[in-house]
Amino acid sequence: MDTQAAHQQKRTQVTISEHIVEIVSDSGEGAQTAGQLFGTICAKMGNGVWTVEIIPAEIQPPARSRAGASGNRIRIGTDPITNAGDCADLVIAFNEQVLYSRIEQGALGPGTRILLDNKWSWDPVESIREAYQEAREDFASMGYSIYEVPIESECFKVVADPKKGKNIWVLGLLCSIYQRDLDLVKKELAKKFKRKGQEAIDRNLELLQAGYDWAESEMDVVFDLPTRSDDRPKLVMNGNQAIALGCMAAGIEVCSMYPITPATSVSHALASMFHKVGGFVHQAEDEIAAIGFAVGASYAGKTALTVTSGPGLALKTEFIGLAVMAEVPLVIIDVQRGGPSTGLPTKVEQSDLLAAYFASPGDAPKIIMAPSTIEECYHFVPLARKLAELFRGPVFVLTDANLATGVQPFLRPELSEDTLSPPIDQNRWNPEIKPYEWDQATGLSPRPVPGQRDGMYTLTGLAHDERSRVAYDSSINQRATERRSSKLKTLRATLKPPQVFGDESGDLLVVGWGSTRGAIEEAVTKLQGEGHSVSALHLRFLSPLEPGLNEIFSRFKHVMTIEINYSDDGHVSDRRFAQLAWLLRNETLIDVDCWSRVQGYPLPPSALVEALREKLGAYSEGAVS
Amino acid sequence: MMKTDWMFEPDSRHFVLEDYEAALARWCPGCGDHAVLNAVQKLCRDEQLPPEQTVMVSGIGCSSRFPHYMKTYGFHGLHGRALPVACGVRSRRPELNIFVSTGDGDCCSIGTAHWIHALRYNMNMVVMMFDNRVYGLTKNQTSPTSPKGESSNTHPQGAFLSPLNPISVCLSITNASFVAQTVDWNPVHLYETIRAGFEHQGLAFIRIFQRCPHFTDHAFKEFKDEPEKVLLMTHERGIPVNDTVKRVFTNSMQHDPADIDQAHKLARRDDVLPIGLFLRNDQSERYDEYTKRGVNMSNGEKLSALNRELDRFAI
Repeated sequence: MDTQAAHQQKRTQVTISEHIVEIVSDSGEGAQTAGQLFGTICAKMGNGVWTVEIIPAEIQPPARSRAGASGNRIRIGTDPITNAGDCADLVIAFNEQVLYSRIEQGALGPGTRILLDNKWSWDPVESIREAYQEAREDFASMGYSIYEVPIESECFKVVADPKKGKNIWVLGLLCSIYQRDLDLVKKELAKKFKRKGQEAIDRNLELLQAGYDWAESEMDVVFDLPTRSDDRPKLVMNGNQAIALGCMAAGIEVCSMYPITPATSVSHALASMFHKVGGFVHQAEDEIAAIGFAVGASYAGKTALTVTSGPGLALKTEFIGLAVMAEVPLVIIDVQRGGPSTGLPTKVEQSDLLAAYFASPGDAPKIIMAPSTIEECYHFVPLARKLAELFRGPVFVLTDANLATGVQPFLRPELSEDTLSPPIDQNRWNPEIKPYEWDQATGLSPRPVPGQRDGMYTLTGLAHDERSRVAYDSSINQRATERRSSKLKTLRATLKPPQVFGDESGDLLVVGWGSTRGAIEEAVTKLQGEGHSVSALHLRFLSPLEPGLNEIFSRFKHVMTIEINYSDDGHVSDRRFAQLAWLLRNETLIDVDCWSRVQGYPLPPSALVEALREKLGAYSEGAVS
Repeated sequence: MMKTDWMFEPDSRHFVLEDYEAALARWCPGCGDHAVLNAVQKLCRDEQLPPEQTVMVSGIGCSSRFPHYMKTYGFHGLHGRALPVACGVRSRRPELNIFVSTGDGDCCSIGTAHWIHALRYNMNMVVMMFDNRVYGLTKNQTSPTSPKGESSNTHPQGAFLSPLNPISVCLSITNASFVAQTVDWNPVHLYETIRAGFEHQGLAFIRIFQRCPHFTDHAFKEFKDEPEKVLLMTHERGIPVNDTVKRVFTNSMQHDPADIDQAHKLARRDDVLPIGLFLRNDQSERYDEYTKRGVNMSNGEKLSALNRELDRFAI
């Protein structure tokens, strides 16, 4: 104890305002669990947190492979954290190959501290020993300092099979380095392993303590991350869990889905608790049946939800067209991934905006919203349900893999009956009111529901008149299409112009949507600090677009979007624009510029800073107008 | 209307056939669909089904115009997709009466996946598959049930392959609970089959051989002209047959709808056209028993349950 106490005095205490930690391992070694636990603990202690999953594409990729890197990035701070950030400050790697994968991804940088399990240096297989040795030299030549940590051999002192346990030992180590409240950690562990029994809990507590004690005596640094006291109740979860809870808060009772990454975990979260609020998850035979079932349930009175990702959206478009044409309320969650086709199933992309916008042949106007935080993932579902019913049609909520797996604390929402769906109206229908009694100005109409006496009508996907009679008269289609279209104008008239982040006028306005908000605002803040005249604007409604954009854009010399979908770089004559830029150019007739990347990961703020600096440079040289 | 205790009940209603009749059916004269429409309207009247409690769901095709001709709630949706919609309607509305009209193309071609899974879900509804062995609405293309060699606009030299057998498919689906076959040209058997399907608790699949006077007038001629080529399956748990039916279809046999092996053999017979009930299993699980759970939960219960779930994420 004396030596330990003496050592502790030698440990350098560094005060930090934020840090990025990564834990990476082979798939199945529990780095994700350890990362999630660490993030939760930090959130519970009052820190700002944003976590990102590092996921291999396969369930059981080969051991010690770069493609198999699995784990978690946890960005923690004194203040709220809004994105995954740039280079990691501390990385714990279970082998050198997974570390390579993170270096290739640009996750590390100068100054990143690397803690690497040294078990490979005495591995019985010579080629593994050599690979390890080679990698160590390689890392050193890249300028990284590696701290070899006897993770596995220390775990052997506690358990017979360290493969199942290294992660918790590492969690203990992190808790020492970041001075986490060990009692809180123990409570979380007990909760996590409750279902596996007391023996599992005890073993993990022992591993935790061993990792903690080892770091206390061997690590030469501790980080002090202050918290701001805030007693307001908060929740911590990922975006897909937030959507699941939002679905319950919306009073939605049917979630109809077909498994697809990265959307499926919404239904996992729902399936574990939906029955407690009287709902159920329908796993349909395919994507088409999933939305068809939801449309049927909605038609019968209770607005349903379907959740999908790009390839599923492609299959659902025919029913989306029907929901627009026959005006059936429906909530469609699209957790976007890389596309086209099977694309990048586990990776981040925002390239379904136009697919959603144009989903269905023919003229199919629909509402499209995009939450920008985990908190909005929760709140947008009840909102989408209400809009779907009021505007009688499908409402898209576009999230992405970044929000789906990102974990962030947010204020606990107040529950109220107001967000729950009303009971199915079974009152007698006034037969004077037609089933599509479109209001001339708004396009809105009340909807009879099966069971309502005198409300009988046959819904049809054919062009139809106010009575839902098949249109044999050519003027009906013009009128009906006009009415459906006018609903978007009606909604837009109720929206407020979006708030500019930063000065209300200046040289450059950066427009974004969805999960990029945190990174864009962080980059813009940095540039503002450097004296640049840059502001940001984030859109939640993509269809209809929020009002007042022309007026806001006119106050800036240049307007550009930042997005995670494809665009050509530079102002070439036949340039293809990023998707929001495409919409904004069409909507405002302003020469909106863009910068976008499709590399599969969340845009780091430093990359945005660099891209924006380049744009500002080009603008000031007058290279583009 | 007076109740038996002679108390006047101002809200009570008595429905007549007209209460179920909507737009004039636009099917061709002589089309078998008219017979099915008459049978369903008669059933609604006989069962006194409140029109607002009755939903007709269909896909796309001639027979899928059915809902437009019924004065009930209707859902005339997408080609091949009637069944997912009908299952969605059923999921939270156990009290509604649901009928599905679909065709051989709608059900056995573009909607095959849903057909198979809907039989497995076994949610309470009557599914009428109008089989005229041709795509009529799109003007004479080969259907999956068109006989080999049958000429159409897509196969003018004749269909290359033997037809798919919908009954054999149905009988092979795990959890199928009611599989019947009937013909449009015998109104009594048609009516009794649909009625038995309606009374069945679960998904009743009824294949109706339906004449298309425009494109396949010849298709069922031999069975119509030579009724002994029709094999009438009878059983106390089967489709009730009265004397008129027995007089027309003299070739009959006892078939226990619990006998799945014999059902398969009968389905494969190509020397005769079997009508009646192939399969009935009242023990088949019903998915709607699960999907309706929690339908009546109060807002208070929901909010307190949701509050407890939020606690799990609380920090």
